[in-house]
Amino acid sequence: MQRLALASMEIQDFGAVSARTVVAGVEAVCDPLGALYLPETRLLVVSDLHLEKGAAFARRGMMLPPYDTLATLKVLEAVILRHDPAIVVSLGDNFHDRIGSAHLPEIFRSKIADLARGREWIWINGNHDPDGTVDLPGQSADELHYAGLAFRHEPSLLSPAGEIAGHLHPAATVIRREKAVRRPCFATDGKRLLMPAFGIMTGGLDLRHKAMTGLFDRPNLIAHMLGRDRIYSVRFTNLRS
Amino acid sequence: MSDSHLSQAAQGLSLLSPSFTRWFADKGWQPRAHQMELLARAHAGESLLLIAPTGAGKTLAGFLPALTDLAQRGRIPPGSAFTGIHTLYISPLKALAVDIERNLMKPVSEMGLPITVETRTGDTPQAKRQRQRLNPPDILLTTPEQVALLIANGEAPRFFKDLKYIIFDELHSLVTSKRGHLLSLGLARLRRLAPGLKTIGLSATVAEPMDLRRWLVAQTPDAEHHAGLVTAPGGAKPIITILKSEARVPWSGHQAKYAMPEVYEAIKQHKTALLFVNTRSQAEILFQELWNINEDTLPIALHHGSLDVGQRRKVEQAMAENRLRAVVATSTLDLGIDWGDVDLVIHVGAPKGASRLAQRIGRANHRMDEPSRAILVPANRFEVMECQAALDANYLGAQDTPPVGDGALDVLAQHVLGMACAAPFDEDALFAEITTASPYTGLSREKFARIVQFVATGGYALKTYERYARIRKTADGLWRVSNPGVAQQYRLNLGTIVEMPMLNVRMVKRGAKGAVGRGGASLGKVEEYFLEMLSPGDTFLFSGKVLRFEGIRENECLVSQAFSLDPKVPAYAGGKFPLSTYLADQVRAMLDDPERWGALPEQVRDWLALQRDVSSLPKRDELLIETFPRGSRHYMVAYPFEGRLAHQTLGMLLTRRLERAGRRPLGFVATDYSLAIWALDDLGYSFAIERPSLSNLFDEDMLGDDLEAWLDESFMLKRTFRNCAVIAGLIEQRHPGKEKTGRQVTVSADLIYDVLRSHEPDHILLEATRNDAAAGLLDIQRLGDMLMRIKGHITHRRLDRISPLAVPIMLEIGRETVAGEAQDSLLAEAAEDLIAEAMGEDSV
Repeated sequence: MQRLALASMEIQDFGAVSARTVVAGVEAVCDPLGALYLPETRLLVVSDLHLEKGAAFARRGMMLPPYDTLATLKVLEAVILRHDPAIVVSLGDNFHDRIGSAHLPEIFRSKIADLARGREWIWINGNHDPDGTVDLPGQSADELHYAGLAFRHEPSLLSPAGEIAGHLHPAATVIRREKAVRRPCFATDGKRLLMPAFGIMTGGLDLRHKAMTGLFDRPNLIAHMLGRDRIYSVRFTNLRS
Repeated sequence: MSDSHLSQAAQGLSLLSPSFTRWFADKGWQPRAHQMELLARAHAGESLLLIAPTGAGKTLAGFLPALTDLAQRGRIPPGSAFTGIHTLYISPLKALAVDIERNLMKPVSEMGLPITVETRTGDTPQAKRQRQRLNPPDILLTTPEQVALLIANGEAPRFFKDLKYIIFDELHSLVTSKRGHLLSLGLARLRRLAPGLKTIGLSATVAEPMDLRRWLVAQTPDAEHHAGLVTAPGGAKPIITILKSEARVPWSGHQAKYAMPEVYEAIKQHKTALLFVNTRSQAEILFQELWNINEDTLPIALHHGSLDVGQRRKVEQAMAENRLRAVVATSTLDLGIDWGDVDLVIHVGAPKGASRLAQRIGRANHRMDEPSRAILVPANRFEVMECQAALDANYLGAQDTPPVGDGALDVLAQHVLGMACAAPFDEDALFAEITTASPYTGLSREKFARIVQFVATGGYALKTYERYARIRKTADGLWRVSNPGVAQQYRLNLGTIVEMPMLNVRMVKRGAKGAVGRGGASLGKVEEYFLEMLSPGDTFLFSGKVLRFEGIRENECLVSQAFSLDPKVPAYAGGKFPLSTYLADQVRAMLDDPERWGALPEQVRDWLALQRDVSSLPKRDELLIETFPRGSRHYMVAYPFEGRLAHQTLGMLLTRRLERAGRRPLGFVATDYSLAIWALDDLGYSFAIERPSLSNLFDEDMLGDDLEAWLDESFMLKRTFRNCAVIAGLIEQRHPGKEKTGRQVTVSADLIYDVLRSHEPDHILLEATRNDAAAGLLDIQRLGDMLMRIKGHITHRRLDRISPLAVPIMLEIGRETVAGEAQDSLLAEAAEDLIAEAMGEDSV
């Protein structure tokens, strides 16, 4: 469980394990825990938390472990403590299903309240949870336009410039010596940036998948991959040697 | 044969009605003693295990009690009350059930017996299944999965109430797997539904017949019970030779390309040859190589489990009609399928086990009194010795079949849900029932309760899923399913065979400008992870063709005809058997005893002699370790001969220990025979000054904390967990209306494993996973036995350069490394490329 382990580790030199990037002229830092931090505006972005995924499956008869919400919030806490952001944007699919936030156990509800204290919190609505959140701090919105960037859940095909989106759970596969290693990643071509899924029990979709077609200018596309204890930045054209 | 056996045989003869004796006489056959003994003892009420070589009329023997019983009963008059099935025949292979129907209908119709016989497999149409439930045949030929389905149905008591006999074919191959565990639980239920039923197990020779005899009958807590044993005399000794080739036997590799001219010549000289290999990729290569030199265009076909079913059936049909001269096959043809006049078995690559070899050779010539003919084709020099050892073992009648093992917990979870689908159950009564099955006799009541909890709500310490429970204990104290959807889900996910994620391979036409046309024929399935390595335009061998990879569309892999001569090869996961303990010991004994080298080809003898001169040959109970420098690295090669799995585990553990001792190991590679580790430090010097000493390095305590620590991160454990989670019903392969792709299942299983391990490491499913891994993928038992054996018997040779015996494994370096570890180093490598390109992206 690399991110959970990483969340509890002390990091000496954050610069060495993270990656800096620029989206539409705005500087951003890719945190190895899977969050994006914008230093100028002290804004932290996380995407696709999929809280209560285990419970959502259990409701349908598949008894996945009920520990995913706890684990995701632990990682979220670590990343918030590290950056102490003024604004937190959760980029949609905050809960795995529509009733997830209403059924959230009290212990997690108060945990989120603790994390949100003293900062602004914006829940962007996603396709899994289009109705917004119930009884949680912060406000819900379909989109956020702020500091020259557009924050929305699903990437729009029309306007790539300055878009920070989630939804697709991008992952990249490095192939060297006939071995493949696949990891979640931040994907950006300098215009748009796709966020990796933050939820601890969420999978990934390969950057070569057809759902990604047309989203990026591929010659400029870079995958900032989540390694065991740091970000590895690999050019899309260089994923396969 | 003793007097009592003879008199039982005579009794059996007297049970045959005139139509049977006439039929035997018409065929010019004499009922065999073991057939008659089995008939007499079954009629007297015994459950029985028949051990007989191939060609001994095993199947007919198994059916005789049922056939005579049914002949006596006569046809059921129309309008009678519902009659359930009389006899169940269960085979591990669908194809076998179909084959048996063909063979059984012959005597039934020739004798004019009033008996109905039908098959029921996954391929049986829905309408026929429905009809079978309303109007069951006398004899039903089916598979373990179908039995599980039938007993999970509310109508099971009615359907099985008249059941007299269950015949288990190829019992030896069934019982050692999870399918066998599930079937043992099904048998326990059938015994309850039809208390008078008798079982008849049919088996090839096995190492421990008592395991099978216990499996066949109900066990009680206070005593062991076992079925009676009927043994048929062995047939003529097979004539087995090792292929002698003009060409040099290679140092390493598994393809035996050097021997193709001789193999082709052997095919030409026989009517029909069966060519067995160990993996599907070997099958593809062998088939391709043969066609390259097939100047006479002999009809040679390919048969393996990934090929399209339609194509496999065509090959089987052609074989039955004797239209083929050779078939290249993997274990899909291993079992007792009896098609055509096979007069030669060619085994390419080492057989890996003496019993497996005997089974495969049994495919040639199904007449007991004539010897089978077989040729072994070793692919490299170690395999020459292995083939010789296997050959000696076959004459000696040695057996190395694996033990039955304790019943798996994931299988039990599946069964418990199935039983809830059949009818509400009482927990104590079900516990009493399942512990009559021999693999589950040792199960504790407490563990069973945890399994029931797991089935209900996932069995987590954090009890948050009570309201979503799949089964609930109601006021009457019985467990019942919460809603009908649960039963539907169960039926769709039933079974114990968890496939690697596979994609269908479909042939398409490549149009102008690389446009891909609409789909053509489906060729079969390949593992998804293999396709991940391919880029459009890459070529690979599949279904006997060189294919060009075009891309993936939906859940299909699109390919077109390619004309490349140097294809990549499907790197299939399945079908790699490790060297059996017995054969390993035999190979060590041979190395230790130059007297036995006489049987080996001259080039292999020279190789061993050279090894003796420049280093040494390991004694039978000794572990030889060689160290030498090469390039900028230092190597250590160990020769435990314990099989690839045990060596991989050992390699992981030794690397960890060397790392901790500061010896800077870089990697390792394992084969069936040896293990090589390379490091930056001079390992030979380190061992010489005892930092660490070899006896400490190889101390058994590595199986304690080191193993635990490594296991926790091991990708092998994750793969095992995925299987357990699917079988136990935690995640599903299929859900009504929502076909998950294999990839999605894999990803989520890994993530679930991580979450579960970090929050509830003692969860019952993790326990099941560790049990499985210890027995299977990691071969820990075997490793432990080896470490004990070599204690105080380690010989270290410090050499200036590589030894002859080390050459084969050194050639494997780079070809095969262990996946899953060292992954981040690949990422770092790719990231360095970016830095070198000075993209302006600052990642350091």
